[in-house]
Amino acid sequence: MNSVIPFLPLLLGAIAAILLRGWLRNILMLVAPVVGAINLMGIEHGVFWSMEFMGYALEPVRVDKLSLMFGYLFHLASFIAIVYALHIKDTLQHVAGLAYAASAVGAVFAGDLLTLFVFWELLALTSVFLVWARKTDRAYSSGFRYLIFQVLSGVLLLAGLLILAQVNNSLLFNQISLQHEGLAQIGAWLIFFAFGIKCAFPFMHNWLTDAYPEATPTGTIFLASFTTKVAVYAFARGFPGEEILVWIGVTMACFPIFFAVIENDLRRVLAYSLINQIGFMIVGIGIGTALALNGAVAHAFNDVIFKGLLMMTMGAVLHMTGKINGSELGGLYKSMPKTTILCIVGAASISAFPLFSGFVSKSMIMAAAVAEGYDVVWLLLLFAAAGVFHHAGIKIPYFAFFAHDSGIRTTEPPKNMLIAMTLAAVTCVVLGTFPAQTVYALLPWEHNYQPYDVTHVLTQLQLLFFSALAFVWLNLRSMYPPELPSTNLDADWFYRKLAPNLIKNVASKVCGAYSRFEQSVVASIKQIIQNSYDAESGQPKGYFARLWPIETMVVWVAVLLSIYLMLYYIHDLV
Amino acid sequence: MFEQHLIALPILLPLIAAPITLILGHSRLSWMFATAISALACYFSWHLLTATLTESVLSYAVGGWSPPWGIELRVDVANAFVLLAVSALSTLVLIYSKDSIEKEIESSKHALYYTAHLLCLAGLSGILLTGDAFNLFVFLEISSLATYTLVSLASDRRCLTAAFRYLIMGTIGATFILIGVGMLYMKTGTLNMLDLAIRIDVYESSRTINTGLAFIMVGVSIKLALFPLHMWLPAAYTHAPSAVTAFLASTATKVAFYVMIRFIFTIFGLNYVFEEMGMDLILMVLAIVAIFKCSYMATVQSNVKTVLAYSSVAQIGYMILGISLVSVTGLMAGLIHIFNHALMKGALFMAVGAVFYRVGSVEISAFKGLGKQMPFTMAAFTIAGLSIIGVPLTVGFISKWYLVTAALEQQHWILAALVLVGSLLAVVYMGRVIEAAYFQKPPASQDSNQVKEAPWLMLLPMWILVLANIYFGIDTSLTTEAASSASEWLFQTSSIAAANSAEVSQ
Repeated sequence: MNSVIPFLPLLLGAIAAILLRGWLRNILMLVAPVVGAINLMGIEHGVFWSMEFMGYALEPVRVDKLSLMFGYLFHLASFIAIVYALHIKDTLQHVAGLAYAASAVGAVFAGDLLTLFVFWELLALTSVFLVWARKTDRAYSSGFRYLIFQVLSGVLLLAGLLILAQVNNSLLFNQISLQHEGLAQIGAWLIFFAFGIKCAFPFMHNWLTDAYPEATPTGTIFLASFTTKVAVYAFARGFPGEEILVWIGVTMACFPIFFAVIENDLRRVLAYSLINQIGFMIVGIGIGTALALNGAVAHAFNDVIFKGLLMMTMGAVLHMTGKINGSELGGLYKSMPKTTILCIVGAASISAFPLFSGFVSKSMIMAAAVAEGYDVVWLLLLFAAAGVFHHAGIKIPYFAFFAHDSGIRTTEPPKNMLIAMTLAAVTCVVLGTFPAQTVYALLPWEHNYQPYDVTHVLTQLQLLFFSALAFVWLNLRSMYPPELPSTNLDADWFYRKLAPNLIKNVASKVCGAYSRFEQSVVASIKQIIQNSYDAESGQPKGYFARLWPIETMVVWVAVLLSIYLMLYYIHDLV
Repeated sequence: MFEQHLIALPILLPLIAAPITLILGHSRLSWMFATAISALACYFSWHLLTATLTESVLSYAVGGWSPPWGIELRVDVANAFVLLAVSALSTLVLIYSKDSIEKEIESSKHALYYTAHLLCLAGLSGILLTGDAFNLFVFLEISSLATYTLVSLASDRRCLTAAFRYLIMGTIGATFILIGVGMLYMKTGTLNMLDLAIRIDVYESSRTINTGLAFIMVGVSIKLALFPLHMWLPAAYTHAPSAVTAFLASTATKVAFYVMIRFIFTIFGLNYVFEEMGMDLILMVLAIVAIFKCSYMATVQSNVKTVLAYSSVAQIGYMILGISLVSVTGLMAGLIHIFNHALMKGALFMAVGAVFYRVGSVEISAFKGLGKQMPFTMAAFTIAGLSIIGVPLTVGFISKWYLVTAALEQQHWILAALVLVGSLLAVVYMGRVIEAAYFQKPPASQDSNQVKEAPWLMLLPMWILVLANIYFGIDTSLTTEAASSASEWLFQTSSIAAANSAEVSQ
């Protein structure tokens, strides 16, 4: 079978979405990822397309198992996201979504850094429209902040690749590693940070939690699927086995839990938990053994599906009720029973219940950490896993669908949304139940890992039950108003009692120091601008901004001339 | 016969045609005539470039007097390349002018505009082609005088003070060049560039020649608006008619940059200028300050033409930075940027002119909501703006690429970083305009039906430039081939090139 360039089907789908309307467009948009996935099945490994550019060999399309795995994933994710978005009439969102998916596919098949850079920037430029499509002021400004971060990442990548091209005389994208001499060291670190920004490293993550919850209900599904996963892919190819990644990953897995717990906007909670899940993947990449790397990419695969599912259920809630704050929702299980069940499936997957998809990949990373002797890391990951269970597994379904009845009465979301969510939920269960036939079959590295043995299952169940037990215990100790039915998962206690004491002291100190730093930077930039800008007349001020009189200009000419003459005179003497 | 005089034609055609245009008088008629002449000149320049790519140097003795006694016209790859860019831009701007000047210049002065434009073109072509240092001054004055006229033609009366400031500064610059050339003549007794180059070598540490170099460098720096001698430029660009600004921004400063290259590489020799006099350090410092100070100034302006004017000064900084690296790649980056920057700035100023044509103002606030009302104009503006920033698939990226490569080649990685940080500032100042156009609502006072897309005669040249921005950003073979052979050629011929180029190419 003759294959075409991997990102072409999705790109054509985007063009079709521009030109066509009505059912024809819907069909073509749905066909695009399917054709793309079939295309991938027939594609041969190796360099698919190579060319010469300014004296460097480029490989715009290179196929291996790692890129194929992400290729399949992105096609599956875009299919689900398109189904979910079918009901909307906004051409911009359809086009942006498909073009964004095409850029992601292009990025994972890029065999050289320059092509990667082009798709890297296209990812930013196409996705920002999904934020802006919300058409609120908040979305506009948060979209701009998002774009600035993404472009900054692109500039760093460009700077890094230029340096590496200069040193190695090659632009091919293979393992980069951080151990170099001299200039190449700087180049490698620049690329590392470029990937890191896209990957939402701690202190570089704000774009994610800022922009994702501001996007449209359908746009967030696209956003949550691609950008960060492309970065995970880039780390897996460029920096496998860098020990620093283990510690960064652990930080990423742990710190968002505190923020997720105090956050009210449920989609923002999911954005934090997205960072937390990426933390697991980054740990896996940092450990760098075949098992760990397999675990990282498998977890990326599963995460896209279950995080997408959770985002979709929250999107459905937002779509139907117009509200997304935990404090305003509740009791929706009566009017949205199907959505509730689907959300619980997603919650079970992210919490890594056995037979759900999160379990088969998260346990790989944990096992790899133990095998390589990272005991502290293993403990911290356990803590993170428990945190996930709380904030994503319990908090999300609980606040949206149960809790106290908010009085909102609505209906199930449109059919296409339900179908998309069901698709994702079924995928979650299939991946979790038959990993060997599905996700494991795609894994790029050699392995023979069995998730369903007694130890793994027992450890995981133990963890989950003990966390549940902890909630029950907290519940008994607390002094709840009796009129709240004891659903024994009442997490309110955390916000009223535990938050002021513990979280405020720990998390908010970190948070406060960071925001003070941010404020002082912002203030000094503002100061610079104010110093050179006169708000009253709307004109810039300062010596160089004024329209100099001719005399002054001539004086400058004289100054420059005399400097030249003096220098030449001194030269002459020497 | 025709082949023989080909070199002189790009100068002679517009020079002879200029008075005829004035006599024609009628606006429409003189427009068609001037455009045809400019297109013809462009065609000849193309011929010259292809000829130089095969034969490397063509020489023509004016009036049959052989050099060094007579005046010589000399074409090599470097000036043929710039000449093609200049005459092509001139033609496109002339096509664009018809509608644009209707709004900005009184109809009685239209013929005068086309005359001055052709004279300016003749002067610029003359500067590029001549092989004689004094002649270069003469052509510089021809083009400059025509430029002062062009700037003062706008109906906004502030253009008169701007033109006057430009006149004073330009004249000082030209006088300095004349003084410098005079000093060289005093010492060497010749005005032919090649002849000068040979003789200057003999008097290496003569104080007269040193002083001559200082005067010439300062004079040329005024002409090309090198920081801090750039202050005439923002005012002139802001208040001149849009078509004039588009023409000047994409040609005049580029030609001045060429003059600098010619003086440094052909006449004085790079060994003398850079190694003995240490000019590379001075130029590098000024270039970096220009990039940052002027990019920053561009971010705080409220008039879009002023934003672009300051951005031009910053971009000149990039070109000078290329020279100051004293390497084949650096010079090549500078030369490529001449061509590429002409494409970007031409398109940008044309788009701004189109906005003025429809809205009547070029304040940033006037751009609000134009993304919907003038989609083609604003799309052109956006793409050219991305090119200024240096986004891949546009020519801006190619320029930055070579500049950064040149910097890294000499381990100046801080310079490379500065270049990239400079383009972040470009994101800010282009972003402000684009943001206003696409994300802000048009002011309520404005009748939204009134503002519509610019006439196609304005859009056509604008989009040709925009497409060229993309085309030359993807297929770089023509530009890089011309620029690299020009730059290698300049290094080889530069008096003590042999030792130096071996050192550089290591």
